[in-house]
Amino acid sequence: MDLKLKVWRQKNAKEKGKIVNYDAKGISPDMSFLEMLDVVNEDLIVKGDDPIAFEHDCREGICGSCNIMINGEAHGPLPGVTTCQLHMRSFKDGDTIYLEPWRAKAFPVVKDLVVDRSGFDRIIQAGGFVSVNTGGAPDANALPIPKKDADVAMDAATCIGCGACVASCKNASAMLFVSAKISHLALLPQGQVEKKERVKNMVNAMDKEGFGNCTNQYECEAACPKEIKRDFIRVLNKEYILS
Amino acid sequence: MSLDSKIPSGPLEKKWDDYKSHIKLVNPANKRKYTVIVIGTGLAGGSASATLAELGYNVKTFCFQDSPRRAHSIAAQGGINAAKNYQNDGDSVYRLFYDTIKGGDFRAREANVYRLAQVSANIIDQCVAQGVPFAREYGGHLDNRSFGGAQVSRTFYAKGQTGQQLLLGAYSALSRQIGLGNVKMYPRTEMLDLVVIDGHAKGVVIRDLVTGQVSVHSADAVVLASGGYGNVFYLSTNAKGSNVTATFRAYKKGAFFANPCYTQIHPTCIPVSGDHQSKLTLMSESLRNDGRIWVPKKQGDTRNPADIPESERDYYLERKYPSYGNLCPRDIASRSAKEVCDAGFGVGPGGQGVYLDFSSAIKRLGEHTIAERYGNLFQMYEQITGENPYKVPMRIYPAVHYTMGGLWVDYNLMSNLPGLFVIGEANFSDHGANRLGASALMQGLADGYFVLPYTIGNYLAEVGFGKTPSTDHAEFKKAETDANSQINKLLSIKGKRTVDSFHKELGKIMWNNCGMARDDKSLKEALVKIPQIREEFWQNVNVPGSGLELNQSLEKAGRVADFLEFGELLCLDALTREESCGGHFRTEHQMDDGEAKRDDEKFCHATAWEWKGVGAKPTEHREKLEFENIKLATRSYK
Repeated sequence: MDLKLKVWRQKNAKEKGKIVNYDAKGISPDMSFLEMLDVVNEDLIVKGDDPIAFEHDCREGICGSCNIMINGEAHGPLPGVTTCQLHMRSFKDGDTIYLEPWRAKAFPVVKDLVVDRSGFDRIIQAGGFVSVNTGGAPDANALPIPKKDADVAMDAATCIGCGACVASCKNASAMLFVSAKISHLALLPQGQVEKKERVKNMVNAMDKEGFGNCTNQYECEAACPKEIKRDFIRVLNKEYILS
Repeated sequence: MSLDSKIPSGPLEKKWDDYKSHIKLVNPANKRKYTVIVIGTGLAGGSASATLAELGYNVKTFCFQDSPRRAHSIAAQGGINAAKNYQNDGDSVYRLFYDTIKGGDFRAREANVYRLAQVSANIIDQCVAQGVPFAREYGGHLDNRSFGGAQVSRTFYAKGQTGQQLLLGAYSALSRQIGLGNVKMYPRTEMLDLVVIDGHAKGVVIRDLVTGQVSVHSADAVVLASGGYGNVFYLSTNAKGSNVTATFRAYKKGAFFANPCYTQIHPTCIPVSGDHQSKLTLMSESLRNDGRIWVPKKQGDTRNPADIPESERDYYLERKYPSYGNLCPRDIASRSAKEVCDAGFGVGPGGQGVYLDFSSAIKRLGEHTIAERYGNLFQMYEQITGENPYKVPMRIYPAVHYTMGGLWVDYNLMSNLPGLFVIGEANFSDHGANRLGASALMQGLADGYFVLPYTIGNYLAEVGFGKTPSTDHAEFKKAETDANSQINKLLSIKGKRTVDSFHKELGKIMWNNCGMARDDKSLKEALVKIPQIREEFWQNVNVPGSGLELNQSLEKAGRVADFLEFGELLCLDALTREESCGGHFRTEHQMDDGEAKRDDEKFCHATAWEWKGVGAKPTEHREKLEFENIKLATRSYK
């Protein structure tokens, strides 16, 4: 199939960006979205143009590297799917596709479709952990955890930190991301000791990074490729009030 | 030069404890006077960085991803082994040790593997304490499953995302230390060279991938945790960024590369759908429990599989291995698939695929049961191929998955270059010629949390503090100049071919000539062709853009340049090892039934190669493997 791409090109964080048109010809429906971009880039390089920079690594939907707004939707049209697992059979011959980077003040553009998500790392560094040193941990079965709690904690911990929640929120809020980590640790006995400090520190870090507030419209949940539930935001709010 | 593995004396069960009781220690107040550089933030590098920082060392950690949380360990699915015996099914440290040695086809070092089995139980304790949400029983205790033919249930798991959860555990420990200022983290950077001063590893050359700035960093020791080299085959289950550069450039600075020909090939991957394909996706091997593998009896039969009657199907595994059938060992299943496809019976685009058919299982058990067992895998398959595996058989083909070779290390996980430590998939030590399922995660975390933090202290105490070299040292200047000139050279060629086109060409040769099966002829042919591709690369590659910006083509070019040299080393190693074992199968050396035929008399050793220049034959060193506790036996799973 043949497609028309309208791609955000921006040389670096300082220069202004703009939409540039490209033709993607002879695209197979079996290609992943990123493989389609590989093909376009190979053509650009042969023609002497600068290839489109985009982020990717595992291409199995788990590392959280890939991040493209596709026709205004984070990771494209399919629910529960990352950009790398989106295949071209989701599009039609002759389609025009818009490709843009995540849009959020806290995620500055690095180049083209690549943004800087290190704000997420700094939020985790502020408290998204259990303070345990290596060695000397008690036997793992000395701390029984109800299966239900462990399962819900696992659902929260599934977050891949891609930033789709921020990109799809009109306030660029990081509440879903932060709430997933807060809920994961708040649901487990290991996370209890530091839970008040943790939520305060992480929320403060979130604000400091310039992420906006939640206004309960749940675009984040709709966009999340791992289908993290908005219920965790309720847990975050509760934990924050209790702290 | 003789390879001293520094295995402590004494009985196997006591070696590690005795070692720990007698090594030199660094006074806590002196630890902050040492700087350690860690390359990579996967299970090995992330856990090592966190632990070294907890101990009090200054740690500088580098990763090429935008965040340390994205290292490729995150993609591991199945689980992590540990000899906890929670199921009371007779598991023990010895059994885990024995299974690992046997699984590796008796080509791993006994003492290292025993230690791995010993510390495995601590890993689970550590991860649970961090809040890793392992699967639980209703009573609240940890759940286990069995894996990869083991006769006990020793595999701990977190849904199908065990690697992700373990990595996030290590990442959270690392993040805590970054927040405390004990680790200086450098994401989006790449190691370009190792700096060796007076025979000791003392620093690295780093390129900032955003600004392009090349800088040098000095330390008292360097730890490589940069993963495996499966992407030398271009198509593999590895993440796209996985590369050999850090270990290969250390090799060029004098570290020995051991057993590079040991690559693990997994039988159940989704096959290539066309020339555009950039990587392969692994499907769980558990599918072979209910799926039947077949190809049409007629070559080039393109009929819809449902239209091919039973009498015209060849269930080749059931035919060739009647007792094991579809559950025969990984290497045999992989090679058999290649054989039928090479003979023209393969199905799907390009004929590189075989059917994995669930129709008889669905008829026997009902669609509901199959959906309960494998639903998520069926969904993933449909997402990638656009075909519904409940209606049409899956197509599968083997793919490169894990590499057991790596830089040679001694019992301390130190390479032959003092001060250079190598951990996780980047070293060669624990898996022999084959890796069992759920054991790579175990090794990464064992090395990072529980082994390296002891052994590196012993080294640092010996060299003493206050000896961190200045980055003004001539060796740093030279390494930095060399790195810059390679970058400038790559950018100045301005040829006609893209980096990827060279990588694909190399990958095809590696796969065809040194893949699931190798022989004298195919390897010699590869050793002629690879230098030719390399020569053309340096004449005709086109790397657009400049060196002072985010330039993904330039990053790839440097890595492919290394693969073009490393591929030759891998083939040479495969040619030299005239036997079959685990992931290394020489067709000249097989039993009548197709099993690998080992030659313990001539090849019961690790081969460690010493760099002698581009195109020059490296020098071969051998570490004889001593088996004091296990009797060498023919590996058989019948």
